[in-house]
Amino acid sequence: MADTFLDSTELVLNMGPQHPSTHGVLRVIVKLDGERVIGTECVIGYLHRGVEKIGENRTYQQFAPYVDRMDYVASVSNGLGYCLAVEKLIGVEVPPRAQAVRVILTELNRIASHLVWLGTHALDVGALTPLFYTFREREDILNIYEKYCGARLTTHAFRIGGLQYELYEGFEDEVRAVCDTILPKIDEYEQLLTGNRIWVGRLKGVGILTAEECKQYGVTGPMLRAAGVKWDLRKAQPYSGYEQYDFEIPVGQNGDTFDRYIVRLEEMRQSVRIIRQAVDRIPDGPIMGKVPKVIKPPVGEVYVSIEAPKGELGYYIVSDGSTQPYRVRVRPPSFVNLQALDKMARGALVADLVAIIGTIDIVLGEVDR
Amino acid sequence: MRKLLRTIFLIDLIEGLWVTFHYQHPKYRCTEQYPAERPKVAERYRGAPRLNTNPETGETLCIACNLCALACPEKLIVVSSERNEKTRRKELTTFTFDTSRCMFCGLCEDACPVDALELTQDFELASYSREGAIWDRQMLEEGPRPTKYKF
Repeated sequence: MADTFLDSTELVLNMGPQHPSTHGVLRVIVKLDGERVIGTECVIGYLHRGVEKIGENRTYQQFAPYVDRMDYVASVSNGLGYCLAVEKLIGVEVPPRAQAVRVILTELNRIASHLVWLGTHALDVGALTPLFYTFREREDILNIYEKYCGARLTTHAFRIGGLQYELYEGFEDEVRAVCDTILPKIDEYEQLLTGNRIWVGRLKGVGILTAEECKQYGVTGPMLRAAGVKWDLRKAQPYSGYEQYDFEIPVGQNGDTFDRYIVRLEEMRQSVRIIRQAVDRIPDGPIMGKVPKVIKPPVGEVYVSIEAPKGELGYYIVSDGSTQPYRVRVRPPSFVNLQALDKMARGALVADLVAIIGTIDIVLGEVDR
Repeated sequence: MRKLLRTIFLIDLIEGLWVTFHYQHPKYRCTEQYPAERPKVAERYRGAPRLNTNPETGETLCIACNLCALACPEKLIVVSSERNEKTRRKELTTFTFDTSRCMFCGLCEDACPVDALELTQDFELASYSREGAIWDRQMLEEGPRPTKYKF
């Protein structure tokens, strides 16, 4: 009878939207039984800016800067997805030089995104130090962006049909230098975290999502790979010349939070591998394809998806033949992956909920759009 | 056995702490002491807008073609011009640029056919009022004047 005394067994608690470990403005309504989570409900939309609606009132070129602002941690990947979608819609061939540069920049962006994830996730779990180190390393990558296209975060680096900016002098050397410094630094993070008993104790066996459940929820990206499914759009449907590069798809076994951490670290190493191959053979030639000044695609629709750092990022564009898209629908990886939160959190402790939210790697700008 | 010893002597924690301690050396410092130490931004940095003038005559390079205003996704550029009756040419009268709505995407400077409008390396754009963020032609030509602090 003690557990029903004064009906105190169940407690409904609000976590967020100002909670620092919800990575932005996510509100999670948690139903608790003591320390155990018996149910969660996400309330999203605090960062809704109507990006898809804005797209209907802008020309194709004008909408490109807005997509950077959805997943602002990986803005280059967003730009690549949008540009590929419009290029497929108007049937423009991107020159090989532009493709190689795009691959280098998006892979650098993947490293930067995973570095932010690692720092904030470790901070959530209680390890304060990696945050400073990861942001220090990310700074080198952001400096490359600043020198290449003039902005650090919302880069607007790619244009429809290719690139706007030619490479600056010393780009290759700087990229190689970043590759050389990042690998020992990743080992250093592992030294800090992987063996640490608190880190292992907090992450192992927490937030398990099996491969079958991942497929049911439509979860993609490192979360799916941590469950043991070897699925990467860069290999499965190569775009932007990814078929030329040699890299592995890291997979986990258990699908828990610790495996996702290992998979993401390994993905950073594989990105370094891709960048090294790409930077050694940047072909010469033009950087812009034959794109008309006013883009007026034929009536039709197109769906293009790429492997963003967080998962499958898709753009579905419907054209009515005018200079503005009729509809732009974005399939954001964070939004879809967030759906699995309830499944993972059920039965976990409240303290683990923080680790589980962190492991999804959500960016609320992308969830709410 | 080895695992047990590692657990007892806290080896896993000491390994991590070693990483932290070896970064205590002052040569690993990377904090930028802004505003005492001002960052040097890249050449292509997209910051404050500027309307270039001819350095010899002081006349504006802008030909009032309105392409930047058409390219802008936020429609924050307003260009007005007047036709000079003598030379039969369009001449720029006013040019306003609302920096409070600008997202520094660089589409306007890409659109400019004469390189008159440019996003420069100035990045200190704060102002005390909303009106102060709307730059007129004079402000665009002369550039912002941020307060220089002395330490």
